[in-house]
Amino acid sequence: MSKILKTNALESEAIFIFREVVAQFENPVLLFSGGKDSITLVRLAQKAFYPGKIPFPLLHVDTGHNFPETIEFRDRLVEELGLNLIVRNVQDAIDAGKVTEETGKYSSRNMLQTTTLLDAIEEFKFDACIGGARRDEEKARAKERIFSVRDDFGQWDEKNQRPELFDLLNGKIEIGQNVRVFPISNWTELDVWSYIEQEQIEIPSIYFSHKRKTFVRDGLIWSASKYVYREEDEEVLERIVRFRTVGDMTCTAAVESEADTIERIVNEIKVSTISERGARIDDKRSEAAMEKRKQQGYF
Amino acid sequence: MEVLKIATAGSVDDGKSTLIGRLLYDTKSLTDDKLEAIERNSKKKGYDYLDFSLATDGLVAEREQGITIDVAHIYFSTKKKSYIIADTPGHVEYTRNMVTGASQAQASIILIDARKGVIEQTYRHFFINNLLRVKHVIVAVNKMDLVDYDQQVFENIKADFEKLNAQSSYDEQQITFIPISALKGDNVAKKTNTMSWYEGVSVLDYLEDLKPEYDELTAARFPVQTVIRPKKDEFHDYRGYAGKIYGSSLKVGDAVTVLPSLTSSKIKTIEFFDNHYEEAVAGSSVSITLEDEINVTRGDILVKSDEVPQSSKTLKAAVCWMDGKVLVPGAKYEIQHNSNRILAKIDSIEGIIATDYSGEDTSKNQLSLNEIGKVNFKLSKNLFYDNYADNKAGGSFILIDTQSNTTAGVGFIG
Repeated sequence: MSKILKTNALESEAIFIFREVVAQFENPVLLFSGGKDSITLVRLAQKAFYPGKIPFPLLHVDTGHNFPETIEFRDRLVEELGLNLIVRNVQDAIDAGKVTEETGKYSSRNMLQTTTLLDAIEEFKFDACIGGARRDEEKARAKERIFSVRDDFGQWDEKNQRPELFDLLNGKIEIGQNVRVFPISNWTELDVWSYIEQEQIEIPSIYFSHKRKTFVRDGLIWSASKYVYREEDEEVLERIVRFRTVGDMTCTAAVESEADTIERIVNEIKVSTISERGARIDDKRSEAAMEKRKQQGYF
Repeated sequence: MEVLKIATAGSVDDGKSTLIGRLLYDTKSLTDDKLEAIERNSKKKGYDYLDFSLATDGLVAEREQGITIDVAHIYFSTKKKSYIIADTPGHVEYTRNMVTGASQAQASIILIDARKGVIEQTYRHFFINNLLRVKHVIVAVNKMDLVDYDQQVFENIKADFEKLNAQSSYDEQQITFIPISALKGDNVAKKTNTMSWYEGVSVLDYLEDLKPEYDELTAARFPVQTVIRPKKDEFHDYRGYAGKIYGSSLKVGDAVTVLPSLTSSKIKTIEFFDNHYEEAVAGSSVSITLEDEINVTRGDILVKSDEVPQSSKTLKAAVCWMDGKVLVPGAKYEIQHNSNRILAKIDSIEGIIATDYSGEDTSKNQLSLNEIGKVNFKLSKNLFYDNYADNKAGGSFILIDTQSNTTAGVGFIG
């Protein structure tokens, strides 16, 4: 028996949001990518409902182009915590002719995930999808609500969002609508890393410094892989790198880094002069790339 | 890490974006790629300075029109604190956004253009900070460089603002005046020697020293969000009431009363994850178990037995209306008060309160978008509540439109 509980404002806020989701919705799901933000969400959910189990499944929309380390990690986490994992594959939507694979130098399955996600929401009738997006990541996300209502096409109506006052979250929706929920909206990249350090949360090995076959395009370091299109003159070299953000291989660039512990990563981020999404190839498509994707139902 | 939530309101012209940009820039919170994007876009628009509004205005429509439509959230941190700025537009048609921003804020920055002095918009910002009882207000007199850093200009504005403050009923509000130049960086993140007559601190130093956790020590309120009942043998009879503590701390052994049933018990344990605590401070999300097996569900509130609030089937509140559909007497809305929802009928609208302190308009019996009015409600059930002035969590609610499900308004009881 101990002490006084001092509050960690961001953690307390996230746990509050998780509990509102379970109380206000019938069929929530946690969107799990295997990245550090969704891993942090799993820890927060664990805390929110302890000693009960996490009362909703995890959904992974698998592009088929993931880093193998991420998938291994995902399966181990699910096993250890006894979670219910649902996987839906982008490949299935391609095979069914619902979407067409992109071709060319910048081809990626990132945009194609949206169709698979919306299909899964319909298949399982999810009414709340919990995600690890943060407002500090990108300027369109800075306008996002904590409970963000989507219509039955998954569309985000950014000009007509519900006001959110105090801790009063309104999750009332029509049948067919769903709500995207962002418990770590107010966290920054550094907050997430500091929390991972404080809680000693395990994360996939690709976040730590390692040797990797890579090539440089447009000033970014790309992974050399059969999934990533490469021109003949783009030379592959082994570099010491790590990933700051983990999407699939076609849209996530590496950074040169020697940081091999969480502590060193935290220190690296404290002095970093490049934002996290600076290494996201998918955001570089245009000034409003994220806003456009979100309107169409992207996570 | 300590977190401080700040609200700012204003238009592009008064230099609000420049102020925020300056805070980000001087705390080295703008990364190179973001800075490059700002430089690129500023050049494209033909500016010979860095337009920091490009960092805060996130939507395409906002960038096209050069205005802030919605609440934007901006983050920066120092060694001491993490800061979250809710940045909102200042025009009258965005009153609801300002109210939303202020509802989250522990401190607020009101910007005044030194050349223009106290204007209608200043009245509105201050009114909202009064209504929502934001304790700490910084009045930043900006563009001092354009008035030759003249002390008299600053003193005159301060005197005008004090006249405004005399009309406020929130006596405990702490108002601090700081002369700044956001463009030049004077007194924003650090004090400079351009205004040697100014003896106070810079905006950032003021924020760094704030201790808002001591502001709101009021009666403890614990609205139950959900009941945790693990389906495991070792926790067979376990019932953890999950929620967040408001007002002040709760301790093991405290005699508590459950609202609205008025049944009583004592706090047996206060738990957070796999730890037990003697006491938990306001702001903590915890699970509480009670000595006795009594019926507690979502929507109930645990309070200390000697701090039971008033209850009634009618309610009087200042309402800020946020929906395009006007509020009229006879209409029914759902009230969300903490985790509790009850049906309410609009009994009457006493008057519309002018946000420039010019009084009340009692001629109209309706409330339109962005108007603030005094509204009387009839409730379908008895509600236990606080006055907003005494207890923010127990004294605020939102109104949900039962057809569109949208959040149509916010109420401040009393």
